[in-house]
Amino acid sequence: MTTSGKTLKPNTSVKSALGRLASNQLFIPILALILLSLFVLIAKPSFFNIEFKNVDGNNILQGNLITVLDKASELAILAIGMTLVTSASGGQDISVGAMIAIAGSVVIRVVKGYAPDISGGQFAGMIITAFLLCVVVSALFGAFNGSLVAFFKIQPMVATLILFTAGRSIAQWINNNENITIKDNRFGYFGGFIPGVPIPTPIFITAICLGIMALVLKFTNLRLYSQSVGINASSSRLNGINPKMMKLLTFIILGVCVAVCGFIKVSRVSQIRYTTIGNAIEMDAILAVALGGNNLGGGKFNMTASVIGAYVIQFLTTALMSFKVPSTAIYAYKAVIVIVLVILSAPIVREKLNDLKKKLFSSQQTKVKEVS
Amino acid sequence: MEKSAVLEMRGICKYFPGVRALENVDFTLREGEIHALMGENGAGKSTLIKVLTGVYPKDGGNIHLKGKESEVNIRSPQDAQNMGISTVYQEITLCPNLTVAENMYIGRTKSPLTNWKKINSDAEKLLQSLGIPAKAKQQLSSCSIAVQQMVAIARAVDMECKVLILDEPTSSLDEQEVEKLFKLMRDLREKGVGIIFVTHFLEQVYEVCDRITVLREGKLVGEYIIEDLPRVQLVSKMLGKEFDDMAEIKSESDTENIDYNGTPVYEATGLAGTTGIKPFDFSIHKGEVNGFTGLLGSGRSECVRAIFGADRVTGGIVKINGKKVNINKPLDAMKNGISYLPEDRKRDGIVGDLSVRDNIILALQVMKGFFRPFSRAQAEKFADEYIKLLNIKTASADTPIKSLSGGNQQKVILARWLLANPVYLILDEPTRGIDIGTKVEIQKLVLKLASEGKSVTFISSELDEMIRTCSRLVVMRDGKVVGELKGDDLNQNKIMATIAGGEGK
Repeated sequence: MTTSGKTLKPNTSVKSALGRLASNQLFIPILALILLSLFVLIAKPSFFNIEFKNVDGNNILQGNLITVLDKASELAILAIGMTLVTSASGGQDISVGAMIAIAGSVVIRVVKGYAPDISGGQFAGMIITAFLLCVVVSALFGAFNGSLVAFFKIQPMVATLILFTAGRSIAQWINNNENITIKDNRFGYFGGFIPGVPIPTPIFITAICLGIMALVLKFTNLRLYSQSVGINASSSRLNGINPKMMKLLTFIILGVCVAVCGFIKVSRVSQIRYTTIGNAIEMDAILAVALGGNNLGGGKFNMTASVIGAYVIQFLTTALMSFKVPSTAIYAYKAVIVIVLVILSAPIVREKLNDLKKKLFSSQQTKVKEVS
Repeated sequence: MEKSAVLEMRGICKYFPGVRALENVDFTLREGEIHALMGENGAGKSTLIKVLTGVYPKDGGNIHLKGKESEVNIRSPQDAQNMGISTVYQEITLCPNLTVAENMYIGRTKSPLTNWKKINSDAEKLLQSLGIPAKAKQQLSSCSIAVQQMVAIARAVDMECKVLILDEPTSSLDEQEVEKLFKLMRDLREKGVGIIFVTHFLEQVYEVCDRITVLREGKLVGEYIIEDLPRVQLVSKMLGKEFDDMAEIKSESDTENIDYNGTPVYEATGLAGTTGIKPFDFSIHKGEVNGFTGLLGSGRSECVRAIFGADRVTGGIVKINGKKVNINKPLDAMKNGISYLPEDRKRDGIVGDLSVRDNIILALQVMKGFFRPFSRAQAEKFADEYIKLLNIKTASADTPIKSLSGGNQQKVILARWLLANPVYLILDEPTRGIDIGTKVEIQKLVLKLASEGKSVTFISSELDEMIRTCSRLVVMRDGKVVGELKGDDLNQNKIMATIAGGEGK
């Protein structure tokens, strides 16, 4: 067998660049985003309008694109953790919605104890306490899920079914089943706007989370370890990796992601609604991972693709809403488009597309030869 | 088309990205012959078989079958079966939880109703006529691997096949089982079936085959009648060079300079594990190559796994260069300079979807630590260095390791452990299932490492390989160390006697 790429030369650099692009995992989610935008652009050009508006004495940016970026925040953050869990454990966590309720409830529990007119310093201290406590609690629940998966070898979906069922009850129990509204309007800054800043705060929080994850992936071996555990745990162990700890770690990271989401969610509405907060978000988070073309059976992953997948989902929802689709019907529309996207990003379809592309290119190649 | 030919392939070509897997290959199979398809790993044997069975579409050439006027186009494995081309793979592809008869007829009845009575009696008749020692209603998993293999063949034969492909059918069989399989193959030959036999075992080729076709680097080397091609020549044809490497190896091995009285590099006393081995003592010196030998299941792999901490260690004292250490998990062993190439490459060795590069750097990276990843450039440098050093055949360092041939995968795993720069290297069956060329390369490498002062434990099922490379052999039987041989005692007879027990004492 010949070894090198020299035997079959790519005919032109442009084509090989095109080919690389098409076989890239990012291709499908980005293509989906572009196609959706084109469709919306034709059907309703005003969708893309962004304008300054004065709301409650604040100059803020308003428009559908801002809504997409804002509303997708929780999903994008969850997609980070879900991608890692998927990669290392070969399964998904379906308890994230219920865990968001727990995280939110913890935040509310801390915040409700303070008077609404505390000084700025006290307020900052309170928020930091609430946030850290919520991170710790969520990480612990993540560790609970992770231990079931890693040490008891329970399938992730079954293991997380426990918190999926029990999570919202735990959330209610944390606040004695009271419906609490936080009066201090500064609490709404994190899910809304900080005075003087025209961009919604969740966008910044998401950017920070993505930035941190990018740094973690660059400066640690998280990617290599979780991928190799997901592909071949036995072999990873013989190379000195501890597969159990890796799986546990990914669930803990997802727990931290959940904490951030819960925090944003309760801040958006300044109250806790135990039954609806983060409802069905776990499915969207899993969908984001799938739309990114990641194998839900674990192993190799592409974080960027998952995150873009999250934005595609939100774009779709916002677009449908702007077309005045009744909110009950949105799910049906969404399902149709999602089916198409998921099929397109399935590895087996990608392979076929690659073959097709190869055939197209090679026939062009021969034509070129004939001409010359 | 030749008169007696059942299958003719002419000018077959198959390309993969960056690789010419087959180029202009001819292959002819005649009625009632057993035809060996030989070549190193990556020579194109598997690709040729896959083209023939419709797994891969061919990129050029044509295929003729007996009884068909024009050339045939095989688009899928089903197509191939309908045309009378059946394949039995190395790994059994039947359902172990069904009965023998069900396995023979599953998926083949056209009507929605199934006449189980008829199927069972048909199966019984066929099994008898082929002399297969199995009952139709017996559950398949209760049969030995060899019988399961034969049932797979029976299934193929009953599909009125004219061409039967046996892809490494003997690699998991013991000698008697191989004998039975050969008898079945000879019977089928009598019945006029053309058999393509793919194997790595030279002895078996000479025992059962009529003709040999040799491939090398995707090209046809030639077709030979077995009597006209002595073994040495076959090997040199497969390798494409004169074959005196074996002799070279022997002269290279130089074990005089080992200081057996010094402190051993590794020393274990009363090492015990949970995997059914009795506590054992073991030591190895600087520059020494030794081996564990014994029958399959005698505990030789379990011993080295205990040394590496791959299985739970329950007792014993381990010293590295005279200093006591605790080895409870693989990472402990790695940090103490021990490397371990596992027996089962697919299950324990490769990380299939990861690139060759990631597979090479994995162990060293883990030793360096979670928070200190290698830079891309550094990883590339390591990978390129070892791809060149071990002559690993891969399209690029980015290629997933699973798409490499077996021998090259093994080289990647070797590269991984060499990169970890161990003082003590354990190689468990590094040469299993790979071609002779690579085998020789690996054996040479082992001796070279030893001459550089590394200690190596080398395990192989092939005794002559062990004798060639090791200066000392630990013999095992039923989980117990039963002897240690060195010097003049290192010969086939003495080893076998020790393995068998009784006469040796």
